[in-house]
Amino acid sequence: MSSTIESLVGREYKHGFSTDIAADTLPPGLTEETVRAISAKKNEPAFLLEWRLKAYRRWLTMTEPHWPNVKYPPIDYQAVSYYSAPKTAKPLGSLDELDPKIRETYDKLGIPLSEQKLLAGVAVDAVFDSVSVGTTYKAELGKLGIIFCSFGEAVREHPDLVEKYLGSVVPYSDNFFAALNSAVFSDGSFVYVPKGVRCPMELSTYFRINAADTGQFERTLIIADEGAYVSYLEGCTAPKRSTNQLHAAVVELIALKGATVKYSTVQNWYAGDEEGVGGIYNFVTKRGKALGNDSKISWTQVETGSAITWKYPSVILQGDRSVGEFYSVAVVNNYQQADTGTKMIHIGKDTKSTIVSKGISAGKGNNSYRGRVQVLPRAERARNYTQCDSMLIGNRCGAHTFPYIEVQNNSSIVEHEASTSKIGEDQIFYLRQRGLTAENAVSMIVAGFCKEVFKELPMEFALEAQQLLGITLEGSVG
Amino acid sequence: MSLLEIKDLSANAGDKEILRGINLAVNLGEVHAIMGPNGSGKSTLAQVLAGHPAYEVTSGSVTYDGQDLLDMDPEVRAQAGVFLAFQYPVEIPGVSNAYFLRSAYNAKRKAQGLEEVDPMDFLDIMDARLKYVDLDGSMLNRSVNAGFSGGEKKRNEILQLAVLEPKLAILDETDSGLDIDALRTVADGVNKMRSKNRSFVIVTHYQRLLNYIVPDFVHVLANGRIVRSGGKELALELEEKGYDWLTEPAGARA
Repeated sequence: MSSTIESLVGREYKHGFSTDIAADTLPPGLTEETVRAISAKKNEPAFLLEWRLKAYRRWLTMTEPHWPNVKYPPIDYQAVSYYSAPKTAKPLGSLDELDPKIRETYDKLGIPLSEQKLLAGVAVDAVFDSVSVGTTYKAELGKLGIIFCSFGEAVREHPDLVEKYLGSVVPYSDNFFAALNSAVFSDGSFVYVPKGVRCPMELSTYFRINAADTGQFERTLIIADEGAYVSYLEGCTAPKRSTNQLHAAVVELIALKGATVKYSTVQNWYAGDEEGVGGIYNFVTKRGKALGNDSKISWTQVETGSAITWKYPSVILQGDRSVGEFYSVAVVNNYQQADTGTKMIHIGKDTKSTIVSKGISAGKGNNSYRGRVQVLPRAERARNYTQCDSMLIGNRCGAHTFPYIEVQNNSSIVEHEASTSKIGEDQIFYLRQRGLTAENAVSMIVAGFCKEVFKELPMEFALEAQQLLGITLEGSVG
Repeated sequence: MSLLEIKDLSANAGDKEILRGINLAVNLGEVHAIMGPNGSGKSTLAQVLAGHPAYEVTSGSVTYDGQDLLDMDPEVRAQAGVFLAFQYPVEIPGVSNAYFLRSAYNAKRKAQGLEEVDPMDFLDIMDARLKYVDLDGSMLNRSVNAGFSGGEKKRNEILQLAVLEPKLAILDETDSGLDIDALRTVADGVNKMRSKNRSFVIVTHYQRLLNYIVPDFVHVLANGRIVRSGGKELALELEEKGYDWLTEPAGARA
């Protein structure tokens, strides 16, 4: 009977093609020489090389974390190539100089890189394997004093800002994958919004892994100065390959007094096939510091891809009255595993955090929510509200919840609500009896389940996320 | 020709035989009541006609409007005008009633080759229908059946019936769990939908609903078969005598 609920998996991963392009790739392996070579390729200042080397040495002393509720064979870190760049990638005078093959890749992905074709109101930085290949709308943003560029360019053009904030939220010693990233990160995006400026368009980075057997280690640093506002979107895809590929990124957000940073992710890395072969290991450290009083950091994520996801976009609520938010939809199907959630660390007085997590498990997927809400002694009158809902499709998947709550004063209020539900044959039948197809029925039920998160996404992303969800779950009900 | 013609229909739930050779013909514009004791197969018959995947038809045929009903997917049956008012309407959290109703309405229109109706025009259509069941517009913004009282759920079923305007409406124990006022409202809604172009099959355990929705025919289902058919007076007889005199000897009953 439940067989009807178990067969909607099927649509091909449509971003699974690869681009044949000559690449400048470092041989596999990681030594101090590798770190120096990456830094040299990028002509980095001494402070950055030093920082990388400290991270590398620290990494050598660390062990891979095994507390997440995921299983995978040991990763051979010496078999990974830590740098790959399209050969033609060099600083571009304009986007017109972009290698046509790369442009074609992004066109195929629906991310046109020529400004006249761009989605109105969205500026894009495109990262292809280890390097940024083009950033749009730079000049226009520049007039407002907004810096939006590749990380490499930021290091060259704005070394003081990079030196001041790099590692200030996620220190290189933070965890195994953050240390690895700090040693070998190759590129990423950099945003600085000056005092009092409200960024007039959505900024977005589109990450693409292309080369085989390489890891992708990008780093994003976003700084909103006093009273500034910025909304940033991130999208990701990769070719279908039968080997697992490592993606270990670090994202740091900083909101100064009265500033707001809103960060949205639609993660659609290749998830592996129906048998669980291949797919991206998505081991990512994302953290924001609501540093100033009355600042706000808001994470929204829709996680549909990757073989394994390990990430906890978190907020350190340091300023008084600062606000942290985490809205998440995580979907697993086939053999996908996700261990994701957030940390809200309340330090300032009258700080407020909201966590809304929606986990959907189908096929043989395993979905875990892991969250920590910590209220320090001086964070008087802190508030947290957590809602954590799981939905099961079929009877071979799993949903798990690991909430940790630690309150160290007695004026704070922390609420936690959780629910688990199952898409039932009866729900689907009810909608079919009203004339909807089984697929539309599942989409409608799942969209309803995720509504509170989708409404946090910028409009153009909300639609994409909803469609992506439909595709990910296609075949899980039949 | 009958709108619905059921011939020798048998069906199982799992390994258990529930329907054992049903014969029934319903003409356009007629109202048929199906009565019977608990476990007689009344609700199963309603679910089988709507195409619930939990039941397997083992023999017999069902012709609806000249087509082989059993060969159609549930959504195709719905689009062709078969409507089931559920005994236990299902909750769909996060999906507004308005969006759900419009999607259903448009799915049917699309199947008929008609243009879909936009949200604003749909609200006008809804306004008139809401009055049928004494519901106000605020329920359109609430999630489908989520947090509805038993009475609201049943009224919502009849509202859907009024919006989708089916040719064949099957009401499965629509009276269960309703107090007398709610029962009257629901019955009023159904009566407003009665028409010479619409047939009703009303499944009920108790006669009281039939005080308000007067049927043309009454059938008694027992142990998976129709054991007696008659006019509306049969319902009154059942009310007085119960079902025992019609059912087969104890032991044959599941």
